[in-house]
Amino acid sequence: MASRQSMLQNHPEICRHLLWFFGVAACVKLLLIPSYHSTDFEVHRHWLALTRSLPLSQWYSDETSPWTLDYPPFFAYFEYFLSFFARLVDPQIVDVHQGLNYEADTVVYFQRISVIVSDLCLVYGIYRLTRKLEAKKRVAMWILVIWSPALVIVDHMHFQYNGFLLGLLMLSISYLQDGRDVMGGFLFAVLLCFKHLFAVAGPVYFVYLLRHYCRGGLLKGLGRLAAMGTVVVAVFAAAFGPFFYHGQIQQVISRMFPFGRGLCHAYWAPNFWVFYIILDKGLAFLLKKFGIDIPTPAASFTGGLVGDSSPFAVLPQVTPLSTLIMVLLALSPCLVKIWKNPHPGSVARWISYAYTCGFLFGWHVHEKASLHFVIPLAIVAVQSLEDAQHYFLLSIATCYSLFPLLYEAQEYPIKVVLLLLHSMLMWFGFSAKFSKVKPPTISDNKKTRKKGSSSSSSRSGEEGEFVIGWGGKCYIIGIVIVETWGQLLHPYFLGDKLPFAPLLLISIYCGVEVVYSWVWQLKRIMAD
Amino acid sequence: MDRNNRGKVGKDNVELDNNKNGDVCWWLLHKGLASFFLCISMFGLLVRWTVSLHSYSGAGNPPKFGDYEAQRHWMEITVNLPAQDWYINSTKNDLSYWGLDYPPLTAYQSYIHGLFLRFFDPESVTLFTSRGYESYTGKLLMRFTVLSSDLLIFFPSVLYFIHAYYDVHSRGRKADVAWHILLILINPCLVLIDHGHFQYNCISLGLALAAVAAILSQRDLLACVLFCLSLNHKQMSTYFAPAFFSHLLGKCLRRKHPLLEISKLGLVVLGTFAMVWWPYLHSRDAALQVLSRLAPFERGIYEDYVANFWCTSSVLIKWKRLFPTQSLRLFSMVATILACLPSMIQQILAPSSKGFLYGLLNSSLSFYLFSFQVHEKSILLPLLPATLLAMEWPRPFKLLTHYALFSMFPLVCRDNLILPYIALYALCIFLYHPPGGRWDGAKRHHSTPLTLVSVLLTLAYLGSLVLHIVYLTVRPPERYPFLFEALIMLLSFSHFVLFAFHTNTKQWMLSGHLIGSDKGKKQH
Repeated sequence: MASRQSMLQNHPEICRHLLWFFGVAACVKLLLIPSYHSTDFEVHRHWLALTRSLPLSQWYSDETSPWTLDYPPFFAYFEYFLSFFARLVDPQIVDVHQGLNYEADTVVYFQRISVIVSDLCLVYGIYRLTRKLEAKKRVAMWILVIWSPALVIVDHMHFQYNGFLLGLLMLSISYLQDGRDVMGGFLFAVLLCFKHLFAVAGPVYFVYLLRHYCRGGLLKGLGRLAAMGTVVVAVFAAAFGPFFYHGQIQQVISRMFPFGRGLCHAYWAPNFWVFYIILDKGLAFLLKKFGIDIPTPAASFTGGLVGDSSPFAVLPQVTPLSTLIMVLLALSPCLVKIWKNPHPGSVARWISYAYTCGFLFGWHVHEKASLHFVIPLAIVAVQSLEDAQHYFLLSIATCYSLFPLLYEAQEYPIKVVLLLLHSMLMWFGFSAKFSKVKPPTISDNKKTRKKGSSSSSSRSGEEGEFVIGWGGKCYIIGIVIVETWGQLLHPYFLGDKLPFAPLLLISIYCGVEVVYSWVWQLKRIMAD
Repeated sequence: MDRNNRGKVGKDNVELDNNKNGDVCWWLLHKGLASFFLCISMFGLLVRWTVSLHSYSGAGNPPKFGDYEAQRHWMEITVNLPAQDWYINSTKNDLSYWGLDYPPLTAYQSYIHGLFLRFFDPESVTLFTSRGYESYTGKLLMRFTVLSSDLLIFFPSVLYFIHAYYDVHSRGRKADVAWHILLILINPCLVLIDHGHFQYNCISLGLALAAVAAILSQRDLLACVLFCLSLNHKQMSTYFAPAFFSHLLGKCLRRKHPLLEISKLGLVVLGTFAMVWWPYLHSRDAALQVLSRLAPFERGIYEDYVANFWCTSSVLIKWKRLFPTQSLRLFSMVATILACLPSMIQQILAPSSKGFLYGLLNSSLSFYLFSFQVHEKSILLPLLPATLLAMEWPRPFKLLTHYALFSMFPLVCRDNLILPYIALYALCIFLYHPPGGRWDGAKRHHSTPLTLVSVLLTLAYLGSLVLHIVYLTVRPPERYPFLFEALIMLLSFSHFVLFAFHTNTKQWMLSGHLIGSDKGKKQH
């Protein structure tokens, strides 16, 4: 009934409403233009200059700046496209030498606005995903994605183009959900040629397309496999072909996969390796207590783990290959599940799970990569009550884990207010979506209703009421404690000693939630 | 008891209404007033802090800098000197360099904020050496003082007002209440001036708003205290004084013992003033010295390009050359009084809540248009009652906001705040047209008839949009270097006058309708 009603809704209206949501967000993003930006800003500026001023054959071999091009070719073409406008705005932006560390208003405005405009890709992806949903789900998802605080922090303050890339991913998922597999596969291939970090979901796509698209007898299946293969190869040829022609392919590959970097990024992403390192430190400490002599590792505890030296005292060294194997292992139950029953409804869930695995076990993971699974999980979150409850905590934890990205005092109120606002909107959105009766009529009724719903243990998705259990409440209170420790108590009690400890604490604390979420998602996928 | 019941009935209606329309914002509203007020005020905070990332008045512009430096200098003076010396020229307090010229409450506020600054960044408020002090931390701390004042005074006042207003007019839908909160809290002009340009209007306006709310909820004594505090924070609040005076007078006259009521209010006013002025009441001279600082009559009838009567008509009549300041002062006083007389008389004859709000708007507009020494920023004062009445006349209100912003555009350009101006303008357009709401542009369009007035207004609107771009890009001709400023002023002034006529007639129409049905309404 609901779906039929939603089919009748006119699309221009949805479009207008969606653009309203985008517009409000865009205004705030415009206001954020003078806020702090990281070195990624200069990275992207340099890429603008590089692609505009140098011939294609030198794009991946240039070393004028330490910020060499390390994204796949489509992203370079994208920068090339942007640089055309950049030159019109201010020629100095695209000058390889003169433009180094250029900080004028023109370049800041240009780059910031280019991110805001490129977000339209995400808007279109969301539009395709939500146009057939019922109104409540649709709006809830807009709140989660279009007003995502994590995207604002990473893209519009820290500076990156994730909104645009995630838009491609969302588009791809929407095509898969519609059953248009070729288009979905094509878009995913395009996405990979924009940013290869998205490759983690490759196995999921592969198995899903193999089982869902390439079926219907051996001959037809093979034919379809060939068709899909041609599409993917064509995309990759369009991306890498020109570099192959110039004999640069080796250089491109070596730039794209810099395994010289360490297991963890300078600030540890809240993933499995944080616990691994902690365990190692703990064991080393214990062994020393018992009088067993072990060599102290070269890399220091507080200095992060950038570099190649083995930082582990007791536990075995981790190599890129072992992380890859772990990711695949973590993925395998899901892949089996897809093999058995490849139905389009769960695609978003599987893809998010793949990125969760990549985040948890990957090599040199940035905390920003949590966006890769939090944003697609929004599609799943509006589907059932349990998913919503799971998403609520996960989204708060991952957004909180991004706090160290903005370490300056000026941005502190912004990130806090963004997170609070997001939690509030999520809370309102979810509890409006998942309430037993239509909106509560008199506030006095609330308590009695709450009791009623908790006793009848909400298992049936639509019917239950959105509540956060005691575990979730404790976790949220914990975030407040961790933050007050880092901001007030730590500097007060310890002064400048152990400056890395508050960050480590954030990593560990958010890591707990990510690990929990991984287990939860896995369980959910297996139960489906 | 009766009132409670009425409230509940109203609430039920609200729920029904909510379910009926396919409002996109339903999720925000279903939890009740407190939660969506919290949510909207969070958004308000976000907008305010992001605006404050931008430049401020007089940034990096020695030797005089701008309002930011003035406020910082007051903190420096108040923190380092005893209260008696704050308003007196001395070797330690050079009044020609941003001397304190606001009433004592501003001085106390500067003192508290000065202590805050001294705790975190002592260098920023040391005597003499801190002049023109600008630093990353200093800016942050100063911005934070404005944000916290806003949060502590303006936000609660809005909540108080909403409570009082929707208790009186309980027929409002929930969506209307939310929309109204949004309009008052995210007033682009106020945000731009307080958090961009740098001032503390949120305090005086917040106190005035609380006073209005107190009047609406029939707490006249509290209203008097709050309004006196507002007056003592910024003398500009006098713009509202005729409305408060006439409304309270009208109310007292209708009571059993009018004289007793009036003297009660008078005592409260005197008491509040005495408390605020205590350090300066030990001698006549001290008090007069402070008073003379507050009334800068030597500064001429207008400055820059303000969209008021004197400045606009000076294109044709050179007031400053024709008349001495003395007589100009008299002219402006007579003109102002004449302009707000109609609305005052209406309120004395038939005091009512809505009439009071209109009275506030009319008296502040007439002050803006005719009084002595008006600044562009003073448009904030008429804008406050306008936002309070926004639900009555959404379309004219949007236009008024537009021209209020427009009239400040040259100031905004000087302060280098064009980007927040554009962003806030766009944000307002979005917020004023929430999808699926009652004010949804698409739904209303075909209901408005095409008249000469609306065509003219549309043309003027488009003209003002074009003028924005022209002002930024085209160099004015050599002979008339201020041509575009004059045009902006002319366009804004003509609209403000139209508004003044419109709202005055509205207030009087209200009275005719009200005298007959005042009692009937109360039983509703």
